[in-house]
This record gives sequence, structure tokens and C-alpha cells, in this order.
Amino acid sequence: MLLGLYNYWIVVLLMMIGFYIVIAHGNLIKKLVGLTIFQTSVFIFYISMGNVDSGSAPILAEGVARYSNPLPHVLILTAIVVGIATTALGLALVVRIKESYGSIEEDEIQIQDQLTEDKTSC
Amino acid sequence: MLAHLPILQVIVPLMAAPLCLFLNRSKLVWLFALLVSAFTCANSIFLLQQVMSSGTITYQLGGWDAPWGIEYRIDELNALLLLIISTIGTVVLFAAHTSIQKELAEDRHTLFYSLYLLSITGMFGIVSTGDLFNVFVFLEISSLSAYALIGLGKDRRALWAAYQYLIMGTIGATFILIGIGLLYQMTGTLNMADIASRLAEVNQTRTVFAAFVFLIVGVCLKLALFPLHLWLPNAYAYAPSIVTAFLAATATKVAVYLLIRLSFTIFGIEFSFSSLPLQNLFLVLGLVGIFAASTAAIYKTNVKHIFAYSSIAQVGYMIVGYAIQTPTGLMATLLHLFNHALMKSALFLALGAVVYRIGSAQLSQFQGLGRQMPLTMAAIVVAGLSLIGVPLTVGFVSKWYLLVAAVEVGMWPVAVLVLLGSLLAVIYIWRIVEIAYFKPPLPGREPVQEAPWTFLAPIWALVLANIYFGIDTRLSVQVAQAASQSLFGINP
Amino acid sequence: MLTGIYGLLSASFFVVLDAVDVAFTEAAVGAGISGLLMLAAITMTGRSEAPKRHKPLLALLVVFITGGMLIYGTLDMPYFGSFDAPVHQHVAPRYINDSMQEVGVPNIVTSVLGSYRAFDTLGEVAVIFTAGIGVLSLLSLPLRRRSSKLDESSSENSSNSSQKDQMHEQHMVLRIVSKVLIPFILLFALYVQFHGDFGPGGGFQAGVIFAAAIILYAMLFGLDTARRVFNQSIIQLIAAIGLLLYASVGVVSLFNGGNFLDYNVLAADPIAGQHIGILLIELGVGFTVTAVMIIIFFNFAGRREAQQQATERNSPELNVTQANSTEQKGGE
Repeated sequence: MLLGLYNYWIVVLLMMIGFYIVIAHGNLIKKLVGLTIFQTSVFIFYISMGNVDSGSAPILAEGVARYSNPLPHVLILTAIVVGIATTALGLALVVRIKESYGSIEEDEIQIQDQLTEDKTSC
Repeated sequence: MLAHLPILQVIVPLMAAPLCLFLNRSKLVWLFALLVSAFTCANSIFLLQQVMSSGTITYQLGGWDAPWGIEYRIDELNALLLLIISTIGTVVLFAAHTSIQKELAEDRHTLFYSLYLLSITGMFGIVSTGDLFNVFVFLEISSLSAYALIGLGKDRRALWAAYQYLIMGTIGATFILIGIGLLYQMTGTLNMADIASRLAEVNQTRTVFAAFVFLIVGVCLKLALFPLHLWLPNAYAYAPSIVTAFLAATATKVAVYLLIRLSFTIFGIEFSFSSLPLQNLFLVLGLVGIFAASTAAIYKTNVKHIFAYSSIAQVGYMIVGYAIQTPTGLMATLLHLFNHALMKSALFLALGAVVYRIGSAQLSQFQGLGRQMPLTMAAIVVAGLSLIGVPLTVGFVSKWYLLVAAVEVGMWPVAVLVLLGSLLAVIYIWRIVEIAYFKPPLPGREPVQEAPWTFLAPIWALVLANIYFGIDTRLSVQVAQAASQSLFGINP
Repeated sequence: MLTGIYGLLSASFFVVLDAVDVAFTEAAVGAGISGLLMLAAITMTGRSEAPKRHKPLLALLVVFITGGMLIYGTLDMPYFGSFDAPVHQHVAPRYINDSMQEVGVPNIVTSVLGSYRAFDTLGEVAVIFTAGIGVLSLLSLPLRRRSSKLDESSSENSSNSSQKDQMHEQHMVLRIVSKVLIPFILLFALYVQFHGDFGPGGGFQAGVIFAAAIILYAMLFGLDTARRVFNQSIIQLIAAIGLLLYASVGVVSLFNGGNFLDYNVLAADPIAGQHIGILLIELGVGFTVTAVMIIIFFNFAGRREAQQQATERNSPELNVTQANSTEQKGGE
């Protein structure tokens, strides 16, 4: 009965899409988008493991016997905040890179850097 | 108040960081930050004393018992790391006021100190905590502040380096997060000691194996272990000098700490080294790292690049010591952690002084500096000798123990390769010495003055520490030995 | 836009999985803030993208290895939703069964976040604060230059400002609607802030909503108007105060003889102490999050305005396209 794991597999698929975008794309903003997808899928992974069949949201109420596990929720709340903080900082860097290089493509920036490197070492 | 020492170590700089914004005068903020980091330094000495005399200290945050709440757990290893970070942080900060005056715009100074304190806080947090998820949170504090600090560099390449670091660092952190998730899935707890005791039941499962792989890979990204090191050289080369001096001495050390903590305390030695061919893998990666990075360092023209690559090589030595997996090998790694922090911070601070005077770290600009900045260049030479591993310096002590460890288990080839690696260091240090001392000063340049005393004092303090701990090895060896034995579960 | 949809989708996924608090946050962050930031950054860096990709093979290889490793790891995992997984057996039951007696807050997520693992949350606030300071250090314009720029644009560049007014007039409907809406958004934010004990919500979500209201105001009425109300340096101080408030709650409990962040000692009755503690730290979280979100947005937008002014001086024809782009942004 491997079907019991399908939820995790979909998460893994999503994770890998995000991861692929991060490594393969040359556009700096796209990389950050990929990073966001990668991180969000990890969040879904955590929340999935906190889920309980026929459980309800972890807010104490009368007549509810089973609650979902609150701990992954707490962890992910923290992780979401960390994620947005990283994204914001990354975008700020991209904006500055655009201002000083005039481009946000990975290879163009590397070429420009190579040029300055050659100039200084001569 | 004595019982609260572990938490004070972290929250004092944490609270000082926002307070910086209230002061808003560059010099005032500097003094304040210096005071705070001096406090953490004293605090870590107390902690080390306490740990050495009465064993592991635990501290329950919020008064909740360990697996439910978050626990701080300080043993010899943590105390040693705390001491390294806080000492280097303080000494380097001493020169900060002079250095950033030339390297940063006036209105960035307050922010700089605030970020610097946050970065220290993050590292303290990673090192002191006994809770795996808490590690992740503080890891992000220290990394985010490091990205921002590197991005402050004057050169536009600093931005690009910071961006690359951000991408690599976040991938690493996310890998670590996945690993933590998998472990939590199997054990139902986040407390390190608790995980360790509960793992025994489930450590045959594939999930635990995957968790181990993800955590190790994630940490190795942060560690800049050889094939994953690409973010490091530029980040170190283009960051403001103070930031380089601080990060080079501490950031990778924290990652090494995590590696040791994960494999020894959480997964246990047997699991860590039997489930994967970790020993051979790390031996090979470490040695290849030493040679590849040292060779790259020889061909670089920017002195900051040279020492950045040498940092990667030094990480290689630490990994070799770790991979030998005997108490002596681990002890060599720990000693090298301590020693490398001393030499690299001295070297990069001295470079900061050079940049302060001539505005560049290009090797060709070093001509004639040997006579014009005698004290600074002498410091570079002594610290460089230490990097090579010449007797009477700290570099010798850790390399000696590394050789002993390798020979103990009969790994003669490793010992020979380690020695050969040191020869490569001779070459790149010699290039600097040659240009600085045996070439005439650059024509058409104003005579360069010696660095100001705010630079010389911390630089020479570090250089003297290099020599002192190279001769009187009692303190460092004793602590490293105690830490490594307790990790191997040997009671002295 | 797509990131917004993605954020909303994952938020609804979280609701399905009973994680209401997380869903709330993800909706506010994923669908709101991060989409907004992405848009702001894209308008500043241009939409075009070079079509070529490099090394897709290597990347695919890495991705497949990682993915394979993960799938391999899931094989021994307890099934999705099964009640007897170790996750639900070891630590979590205490939170579910005892948190009412120990903390006295019906929302278990809040009690774990605010009390059992309060130190993680302190770290989280520090992360947000770090990001705020980081963005500030990367993007903020030097104060002097900015004020002189404002003078210039108001005195010499009158055509520019009149054009700005025009632009704002075009959004008459939006402006009136939002004038009515903003107070309610703020009210809702306060409700979320203080109701976190009982329902989903808390300082972080409230902070984001609060900041969203102010950002909405800034987008419709111009950045300068908004800046006049929320002065940059005051916002910085608010961010600092939030973090300090949180940490000082911990310090007070130190002085009262407990451990750091032990709320039991804050009042004579432990439960009352827990209530006070959680209330105060949530307030601290709210302060810092609101302030940092505003800092981030203002700095992105301020940078963009500066860029525009620079290009305007070079080529006046560009104005039309810029007005278009701002319109689009306002629409979204």
C-alpha cells in the first residue's frame, strides 16, 4: 500500500521543480522565484506530516477528540517568516545588481566581472 | 545570575543590535558594540571555566522541560566555539571604526554595527542550542546578516558575491530544514539529545538515512567543502575588510561545529561512519580541497583571493582530521578550528590595514610595503608562517596533531599529502613576501604610512596569540582534548 | 501574479490539512507581500529575460539525485495521516492535552509558539529584523541626497509633480474605496493581533495586514504622503522597539527569578503570567513585522522613484511608459 505516501511524492515533485529553477535558470529573479517554490514545498511537507486522519485544527474546542499536530505548524510559521525575509533581501540585492551591472542575467554579469578582473590584473 | 550565563551570551548581543539604532552616532555605536562583544567574551570565558570544572551545563528556556521546550546545552565543544567567536568578534571589532570610515558611507555605519551584532548573535545561537530547529532559526539570522554585510562592500562584485552566497546558503539551509523534518518525522522530537536516544530504534530505516544525507550536504554547503565552495572566494574578497576578517575566522567554524555535532552527538559515530563511506569520501574531498584550493591560491593576483582560497584549503585540513575519526584526529580538527581562527583573522585584519592605506588588495600594489608598513607586513609574515605550520606557531601544533593522528591509524599517504599541502602554502606566502620586501616601492606613489594603532593593536594581539599558543599549548590542547574525548564518549 | 496564485493555492492546501494558522500566514505572505515585492523588483529590473539556459543537463542530474534521495527517504515513512506515527506520539500529546492547564490558551499553536517554543519565535523576530536592516543597508538612499532630490522635484520639476497628481486622479474610484477600506483593514489587523489566543492569528499575521493597509495607502496616495505620516527613522525605531519588547519580557522573567522567557513568574498566578507574556510578545512581534514590512516596501519604492527621476532627467519621452507601468502596479 504505497498509496499512503502519495502526498509526500507530490511534494517532492514540487520541490524538485523549484530546485531545478534555482540551479538552471540564469535570470536572477527567476532563481528567487524558484527558491520560494522550493521552500514552500518544504513547508507543505512539514504540514503534511502534522496531519492526522479525521483530526481537526489545533484550537481546543468541545466535542473534538483528535487534533492535528500543532508542532509542525509552529515550525512552519517560523520558517515562512524566514523565507520571506530571505526573499526580500535577495530582491534587494537583485535591484542593486541591476543598478550597477545593468543586467540581471547570470552569464552577462560573469562576463562583465571577467573583464574587470583582466583589466586590474594587467 | 550565574545560572543564566548561557542565555546571556546570546540575548545580550541580540538586544544590543536594535539598541544600536537608537544611538545613531558612529563612534558611540562602535563603543557600545565593542562593550557588548567584550561582555560576551568575558561571559564565554566564565562558561568555559564552568564547563571544564563541573561538566555540561543545561538551561531550560521558558522553564519548560527539554523535549517540550527549547534547551540550551553547553559542553566543552560549545564553550570552545563560543570562546573563539566572541574573542575574534571583539578583537576584529576594535579596528572596525577606523576601517569602515574609508570603506562605508557614513549613514551605513549604524546599520553595519547592528548587522555585525546580529551575525554574532546568530552564531552564538547555533552553537549554544540543544534544539535542532532552533539551529535553523539562528543559522538564518547569522546568514542573512552575513549576506547583507557582504553586500555592503564597495566593489559592485560584492553584490554579486552576496547574491551567490544567498542562493547557495539558502539551498543549504533548506536542505538542513528537510533533514530536520525527516528526523522529526521518525522520532517525534526536535531536541538533539532526545533524538539521539530515540534514533537507536529507527536507524535502520531509509528515512533516517535520507535525513542524514540531507543534513550533511546542507552543512557542507555552508562549510564550503571542496566541490561546494564556489560562493566563498568572491564573498570574502569583496566584502568590507572587517567583515572578511570576522567571517573568515568564524563562519566556516560554525559549520564545522554543526558537522561534528550532527555526526557525533545526534547520529552517533557508528551510524555516521558505517551507513555511508563517509570516512573515505571526506578524506578524499578534504585532500583534494587542500590541493585544488592551494593551487588556485598560487595563481591569484588579489591577496584577499589568495587567503580566501587558503581558507578553503584549511577547511580541507579540518575535514581530514574529522575523517580520521579517532579522538586524536578530532582533537586536531578542534585545535585547527581555534588556530585557524587566530591566523586568518590576523591576516585579513592586516589586509584591511593595507586596504585602509593604499585602497587596494592587488598583489602588484604591495611593492615596497615591507619597508613602508613594517609592522603590518611583519604581522602578515608571522601569521603566514603560522598558516604554513612552522614550529613555534599555532599552525604547527594543529598540523603536528593531524600528522600524529594519521600515523596512529597507519594512514601514511595522508600524512605525506598533508605535508605536501603545506609546501603549497609556502609558495603563495612567499609570493607576497617577495613582492612586499624585495621589490622597490611603486614609482609615482606617495610614500605609504604605517597603519594606525587601532589596526596595529588588534593585529598584533592576534599575532602574539599565534605565537603564544604555539609555544604554550596547555590551554588549547587541554580543552580540545576534553571536547574530543567527551564526543567519543571516553571519560578522562 | 503567478506567485500570488501559487501562494493562495498553497494557503488553501494548508487549510485542507487543518493548519489554519499557517494558511493565514501563507495567504498574507505568499499571496500578498512576496508577490508585491516580486512585482516591485521586476518593474525596477525589467521584464525581459534572456532565453538561453546553461547547463540544464547538470542541473537535471542534481535535481534527479536529490529527488530520488527524497523519494527513497519517504519509503519508510509512516503513511500520510496515520495517527500512530511517532510525530504524533512523543512530544505533541503534551501540547494537546496539557496546554490548557499550563498556558491557558485555547489555540494550541499560539501556546506552543508563544510559550513552549517562545525562543524560536524570538529568533524569528530577529530574522525579520535582520532582513529589515539588511534591506535598509542595501537600498536606502543617503538622507541628505534624498531631501535635496525632493526639493528639486518639487521646485524645478513641476511638470513631473502635476503629472503625478493626474495619475492619482485617475484612480479616483480606487482612492475613495480604499479610504473606506483602510480603517477596516487596520481594525481587522488589531482583531487578529489580540484574538490570536482563541482563533487563528497573532502578531505576525496582524503585522503583515497592518503593513498591507499602509502600503495600499502609499500606493494610492503617493509615497511622499505616506512618508510624511510614517517617517523612516520612526519606523526603524518601531522595528527595534518590537524586538526589544519581546526580549525584555524574557529579561523581566530573569529578574523575577525564572528562566529566560518563563512567563509563570510574571504574575502571582502562573496562568495570568502566561497570558501577560504571550500578549506582550505578540505585541512585540506585531510591531517589528509591521515596521519591517513598511521599511522594505518604502525602500523598494523609494529606490524606484529615484531611478525614475534619474531616467526622466535623461529622456522625458520615457514618462508615458512609466505612467503605464505604475498604473499596472496600482491595478494589481
